[in-house]
Amino acid sequence: MTTIVTSKKAPAKEAEKDASMVKQKEMMAAHYERLTSAPETGDKVVATFVPGNLNELIMCFDLLNNLPEVNAIQNGLRRLSGSYVLEAEKIGHSEDVCTYVKSDIGMMAKGNLAPNGKKFPNPDVLLLSYTGCFTFMKWFELLREQYQCETIMLHTPYMGDGKITKNMIDYMVKQLKEEVIPTLERVSGVKFDIDRLREYLKKSTKAEDDLVRVLQSAKAKPSPIDAYFGGIYYIGPIFGAFRGTDDAIDYYRFLREEVNERLAKGKGPVTPDGDMGKEKYRLVVEGPPNYTSFRQFWKMFYDEGAVVVASSYTKVGGVYDFGFRHDPDKPLETLAEYCLGVYTNRSLPMRIDMLTNYIKEYEADGLLINSIKSCNSFSAGQLMMMREVEKRTGKPAAFIESDLVDPRYFSAANIKNRLESYFQMIEQKRAGVSAAA
Amino acid sequence: MAASLNGSKTADVVARAQALFEDLSFATARQWKASEPGRKVVGYMPIYVPREIIHAAGMLPLGIVGGGDQLEVIHGDAYYQSYICRIPRSTIELGVSGRLDFVDGMLFPSICDVIRNLSGMWKLMFPHVYSHYFDVPQNYRDDIGGNFYINELAELRHDLGEIRGNPITDDELRHSIAVYNENRRLVRDLYTFRAERPWQAPAAEVYLVVRAGLVLPVEEHSVMLRDYLATARAEERPMRDNCRIVLTGAFCEQPPLNLIKSLELSGCYVVDDDLLLVTRWLTGDVPTDGDPLKNLSLAFLHHSESTAAKYEPSQKEKGQYLVRAVKRSAAEGVIFAAPSFCDPALLERPMLQHVLKDAGIPYIAFKYAENSGQMQPIREQAGTFADSIKLWSGA
Repeated sequence: MTTIVTSKKAPAKEAEKDASMVKQKEMMAAHYERLTSAPETGDKVVATFVPGNLNELIMCFDLLNNLPEVNAIQNGLRRLSGSYVLEAEKIGHSEDVCTYVKSDIGMMAKGNLAPNGKKFPNPDVLLLSYTGCFTFMKWFELLREQYQCETIMLHTPYMGDGKITKNMIDYMVKQLKEEVIPTLERVSGVKFDIDRLREYLKKSTKAEDDLVRVLQSAKAKPSPIDAYFGGIYYIGPIFGAFRGTDDAIDYYRFLREEVNERLAKGKGPVTPDGDMGKEKYRLVVEGPPNYTSFRQFWKMFYDEGAVVVASSYTKVGGVYDFGFRHDPDKPLETLAEYCLGVYTNRSLPMRIDMLTNYIKEYEADGLLINSIKSCNSFSAGQLMMMREVEKRTGKPAAFIESDLVDPRYFSAANIKNRLESYFQMIEQKRAGVSAAA
Repeated sequence: MAASLNGSKTADVVARAQALFEDLSFATARQWKASEPGRKVVGYMPIYVPREIIHAAGMLPLGIVGGGDQLEVIHGDAYYQSYICRIPRSTIELGVSGRLDFVDGMLFPSICDVIRNLSGMWKLMFPHVYSHYFDVPQNYRDDIGGNFYINELAELRHDLGEIRGNPITDDELRHSIAVYNENRRLVRDLYTFRAERPWQAPAAEVYLVVRAGLVLPVEEHSVMLRDYLATARAEERPMRDNCRIVLTGAFCEQPPLNLIKSLELSGCYVVDDDLLLVTRWLTGDVPTDGDPLKNLSLAFLHHSESTAAKYEPSQKEKGQYLVRAVKRSAAEGVIFAAPSFCDPALLERPMLQHVLKDAGIPYIAFKYAENSGQMQPIREQAGTFADSIKLWSGA
């Protein structure tokens, strides 16, 4: 039987955060407060997923958005997910499957408590936005079994041939018009108003513009942001319950100004231990992070002067840096296009093109893949992606393995060794280039 | 016209099917292609593709379900982490080792993220081979999912027409639908016969004979099915004191043949299963008049098997297909056999187990890989399950 042992070290020093991170945390806390107060306020709750999150549409029905992946992440960061995963395995879920799902199921079995310590409300409806991940379908079938509530399937076809076809858009718009919207109207009791949707979409565009500018600030040397570890904070509001709100516009404007200030001063990212020292390595990272040892994981990078200048994970809730913006003039079509374009719904060749592009555009030293044991959507094919990107860019790549929220699959010593070897490889490559010159 | 096997004994039919099963160079499909200039072969992976469209293009649909336990995977492991199932690595091994070098196209149906991503890998590894991710609807309304699916079918029809140099006509499609209707009827007859008299149609034999349909031209396979049914009916075999079980979860990566044999040796007659679902995915005849793509689409939406890769819109209906399979085949229990790391089968399993529990149907579960070699634990588990059913099911 597996036992999870939590080390009894002295409490870690409080992590340093820049003002935008503090603001982001406040926004998330306020959202959890809204959610857990729903039984008193009478607000209705819809559970849905980050990729294919239709927050603007959800707001048209005055529904509150609850994202089970984000809850699993919160439980990972709070070191609760390990016991939740074990609980789910104890009640019959396989050790082989997604740990987000098991963390969610285990959390429900153990009281369903939100990060604020209050009970999550039962969802009134499950919006199964089936985008870029097979597991989503089974996850919400499992939740439906528990909650016995209405479930709406919105099927996003996969971009297998690297293109969005008219058939895909028509299919999605028709699902939105004839299944998703009427069901949300019925559950919420609120009539759909397309102009209201347009207004939210306009707001989304503003926040998206600022997010892209923040992410692209990493092209500077030194980069003022870490686009993976820091990036996870930056994407929180727009991938979660805030896209389409004034709060999101304010947050991303604030964040952009903060990053611009760092840029003007030639400063690197803020890490949990304060300002990062000299930027030595610029990396592109593919794959989600580990959340159960998030700070320890990040430290392995900044201690070595490694900054992540671009990452694919910060594109799972929407790819905006190649030009896509929500378009209020085509409200339903734009939601379809958004869902179709999220990172994990893109074909493997498209993902390779993106990573190759990032290495070139952000003048990175190489590609690092953090392969996640329980996420086949990301992980299946990553070894080939690594070789292809190496071949196309001539930059070295490395491969580490961990898991999202299962602490059993985070081996700090192994990961640290691999990273150190990788940084040496980059040094050797640089020395080789200098010698050749 | 396919050569008739009439007059042969069961063992002869099974021996031929076994030879096809063991042939990892796909010699029969190669011979078929070489026997006439211009012939093409299109491979497909589990669970389902509309083989009628490939057939209508005059091409041979070739089912690829991994490499089994006889293929040494040398290159394939370099493409996958240890926590990914085995079927993609052995499929890559088949490709990289040249065993599929005669295949003109590959279809990767919507089943899970591993097979989905393999479609992109195939494009990069074999850029001169037509490679297509074949999507299916998860919305079952005629005017929504149905229309989407008709257009997906039309795209496949168009692409294969381009490859052969001529568009595929409606009449060609109607003819192919009729040919596959007959084949599916025969497979269903075989399953019905096995459920009635499992001692006369052992699971391993049925598996081999059905699996031959993945590599043979459909007309030839229908002859084989007829021959097997005729000889198996005529040949009396001793009935064992076995229990009757439904095998489920094995719809993609295939269990080793020894595993199927082991179940029966340990006291479980397999009276229904979800192996090789493509051979009976559509549960009734597809109409041969009218718009053939619309007919295929409606058959998919309303008359196709239920499995973990399909969304079930109704909570009440969730998992009932398995209860119905148990009742239809008069089974006494269910064996969940899923490939290691198989998301669809393993995520579905707890929900199905709850449904079985509510219906009072006993079950056991284990995992396998296509190259699992050690059968003793499975034999012990299945044997104990059979004993418990025999001892206590009537109590």
